[in-house]
Amino acid sequence: MERVAIIGASMTRFGQRDAWVRELLAEAGAAALDDAGIDGDDLDHLYVSNMASGEFEGQTGVPNALAHDLAATPAYTARIDQTSSSGGAGVYAAWQSIASGASDLTMLVGGEKMTHRTTAEATDVIASLTHPVEYKHGVTLPSFAGLTARLYLDEYDAPRESLGKVAVKNHRNGVDNPHAQFQKEVDLDTVLDSPIVADPLRLYDFCPITDGSAALVFCPESVAEEYVPRDQYAVVSGIGGATDTHVVHERADPTTMGGVADSSDIAYEMAGIGPDDVDVAELHDMFTILEFLQSEDLGFFEKGEGWKAVEEGVTDRDGELPINTSGGLKSKGHPLGASGVAQMYEIYKQVTGDAGPRQVEADTGLACNVGGFGNCVTTAILEGSQ
Amino acid sequence: MSEHETTDTGADDQENSAEPTFEAAEYADGTVTYPPHTVSPNGADRVGTVDLREYEGRVVTWTTSTATPPGVREPNTLAIVEFEMGDDYDGPVVRALGQIAEREDGAGETVDVDIGDRVEPVYADELREPGAGIREPESQSWDGFRFRPIQ
Repeated sequence: MERVAIIGASMTRFGQRDAWVRELLAEAGAAALDDAGIDGDDLDHLYVSNMASGEFEGQTGVPNALAHDLAATPAYTARIDQTSSSGGAGVYAAWQSIASGASDLTMLVGGEKMTHRTTAEATDVIASLTHPVEYKHGVTLPSFAGLTARLYLDEYDAPRESLGKVAVKNHRNGVDNPHAQFQKEVDLDTVLDSPIVADPLRLYDFCPITDGSAALVFCPESVAEEYVPRDQYAVVSGIGGATDTHVVHERADPTTMGGVADSSDIAYEMAGIGPDDVDVAELHDMFTILEFLQSEDLGFFEKGEGWKAVEEGVTDRDGELPINTSGGLKSKGHPLGASGVAQMYEIYKQVTGDAGPRQVEADTGLACNVGGFGNCVTTAILEGSQ
Repeated sequence: MSEHETTDTGADDQENSAEPTFEAAEYADGTVTYPPHTVSPNGADRVGTVDLREYEGRVVTWTTSTATPPGVREPNTLAIVEFEMGDDYDGPVVRALGQIAEREDGAGETVDVDIGDRVEPVYADELREPGAGIREPESQSWDGFRFRPIQ
């Protein structure tokens, strides 16, 4: 099996954008081609991670549109939809295309256009992933977060403030990310006094609704230096995908994300490392509680101890294990299909030493992209080539 | 059609009954799931149904959602409830997610609940306005069971 390298990356500004999904994808895609020093017609495969361009915008067939716009025909194209983890699933598909030998050069572009919809409409599009017995009760992804946060705080005797500190940390990190939707700090009082959205969680416990796109270019590691110098590519040393129950209440422990544990087990084994070897991580903090759950189920901390790591500064940018140096979904924004790709963009920048003011000391990074409320997960490990 | 008026495999005692039931599935390996699936978590075939109206539940957790989608009451208090299936049942826990019932004074406010409270299901003929959201109205039922505390 070929080892797979990432030789180029880009992301657009995340936030409220005038551009529509086709334009967002083309913006990130063209920039990634430039970054890798290639043209569209060099690509064998072109994947688009996108959850709901048809539902949001009435635009389907986006991979074909993107291939035409970037002069990438006749590359094989496909759209990867795995709800909020479409980006991670796209990374998996792109990795697979190179590792299998089916493609010698693959680009993945993730993107979503959401902000033209009201919050209620966007929430409903996302909630449409739920089972009919959940949907008819009006459940939303934020309400799953509220249900889980209450149980977590109760079971592990965690203070409500610890969740707020995730928001404070990630907003602080986002200040130095020029692509982030919110480049501004928030203090704990602001988080704890913000309006309730899904009790006990408040507005600042949730990521925003976002437009944006991100892209990555993949090739076999054996030819990576034909495109970029050795210090400018990174290797996907491990990757795993897993699925948990569709119906959230059927999980044995609602505070455990089985898909995170299962996918990371696969990724760690492939990479030949364990959680202690990870230097930096991007986790899917669509809601603050998710950073605790993932940091525990990835094996970084014992079950029920993730909140203590945040309290003690372990996950700060200058901490022992920096988490969400990009600002996370919380600050950077969450354009569904783009998020998993943007997580890998940040890890790529970190392990190649190109993260600017966000740079931490990192040879090995991990990205965990979650769909639904832990329903589908991709965990990927990226190592610098130096 | 209400999904609770169906007569799925093994629903002998419910056939031709118009009374809504809170239908979970029972499988050949003895497990029960809500909602019903094609096979059990272990892959065993469905052999019958269980009416969860006959069981008390306890609140595992709850939330009040203030940002609700189109066609959903606002605020919307939801709970995950775990049913007490009896000493003879040793399968995976049986739970349901559902709305908390409204007070009987007609003011529209929901009853207060907390983790560990004992609750019972109460039928509601429309939990959410069909067609107001993105889901095709004919693709699923819209009636079901809320939960209210047992006094």
